[in-house]
Amino acid sequence: MLNGPMLVARDQAHGRLAALIESNKPLPVSLEGETIYYMGPAPAKPGDIIGSCGPTTASRMDPYTPLLMDCGLLCSIGKGPRLSAVADAVVRNNGLYLYAYGGCGALYAACVTSVETIAFEDLGPEALLRITVRNFPVIAAIDSNGKNIYPVS
Amino acid sequence: MSSVYPSEVIVQKLSRAVRDAGVFLPEDVKHALRKAYEQQLQDAPDSLGASVFEHILQNIKDAETHRLPICQDTGMAVVFAEQGIEGYVSRDIESVIHKALAQAVKEGNFRPSVVEDPVFTRKNTMTGLPAVIHYSRIPGDVLRISGLLKGFGSENCSAVSMLNPTAGEQGVIGAVLEAVKKAGGKPCPPVIIGVGIGGTADSAPILAKRALLRETGSAHPDQRYAELERTILDQVNRLGIGPGGLGGDTTALAVMIEHAHTHIAGLPVAVNISCWADRKFCVEIAVNE
Repeated sequence: MLNGPMLVARDQAHGRLAALIESNKPLPVSLEGETIYYMGPAPAKPGDIIGSCGPTTASRMDPYTPLLMDCGLLCSIGKGPRLSAVADAVVRNNGLYLYAYGGCGALYAACVTSVETIAFEDLGPEALLRITVRNFPVIAAIDSNGKNIYPVS
Repeated sequence: MSSVYPSEVIVQKLSRAVRDAGVFLPEDVKHALRKAYEQQLQDAPDSLGASVFEHILQNIKDAETHRLPICQDTGMAVVFAEQGIEGYVSRDIESVIHKALAQAVKEGNFRPSVVEDPVFTRKNTMTGLPAVIHYSRIPGDVLRISGLLKGFGSENCSAVSMLNPTAGEQGVIGAVLEAVKKAGGKPCPPVIIGVGIGGTADSAPILAKRALLRETGSAHPDQRYAELERTILDQVNRLGIGPGGLGGDTTALAVMIEHAHTHIAGLPVAVNISCWADRKFCVEIAVNE
């Protein structure tokens, strides 16, 4: 179970972060020691702070993850296997990749205690967010020793 | 009196069915998941796979209790509109369907997940629309509108193989296994596999989608295809991918085939995978209802 703050970003936000890094421009948020949850939430019901918010398929972020980890990102959370380049980046940076239960958007909505938009608001559900979670269930999928619960490809 | 499928009835029935499809998993899928969980508890009670099932079943309950979408990826709506030829729709049917879907997206707190340009702007339409709609005309006096809320974690794992005409059953089995192996843990297993066989390179995937509308686990009425479904399911479940892709014997809950005539030179096989959250809907509207 995870407790604490984390960033939320998926495809388009990753593309933009990578483009900023590659052009030596400042990032909207420091990645140092950060966790990124691969997720794009459904809209909140009136009175709620977030809608359904389960993990998306992590492999689509594979082209960006090693670069982001080399810029300080410590941990990513998603569903599904990663490329070996990501597993290598996890080991190299003493990081982690965590599996969150796929399809369980309603369950994860109950774990979120705060939501703040950090950047890329024009992307709608793909904006870069910071959320705080409580009792957020995950399984360690790739650890800093290279232990991987998925077959490596 | 002319025979009309009243547009307001279509909007009312369809919007409710779609909204509910995003929140309440159909009984046939829940039943298949519970059965698979019981099997998992017998085979490997302390496994990661068992934990995946526990969270899935809890999530289904949470979605129902809080009226939240089961999954934040409320998908792209794929709609089959089959119009009985003895009636007509008083307004342009596409706008009627889209009106119903827009209402469902709003009332169901669905995520807007559709972009208007696939390559350049990728600008979110922020409405969850448009849908992909397949129209057909059928005998009778009923308008049937069915479909899927298709998440893209699983849609991205679709495949079409244009096999040799002599590839036969083994060719079909091989094509499905290859697609499922390649998908691995990405599409949120345990999955439901739709297989479309025959037709052309464009119609076979539509057959595969249609197959996903069938009752989960129901057998094909043709014994030969029913047997082929069982064989593929058995072999898929020996791949070891397992719930969540974390290993185990339940990679798929069901395999369902639809087939059609094809050309002498080919054997198209399309695979369309649904995640365990197989969200589907079906409404029927009678003339002058």
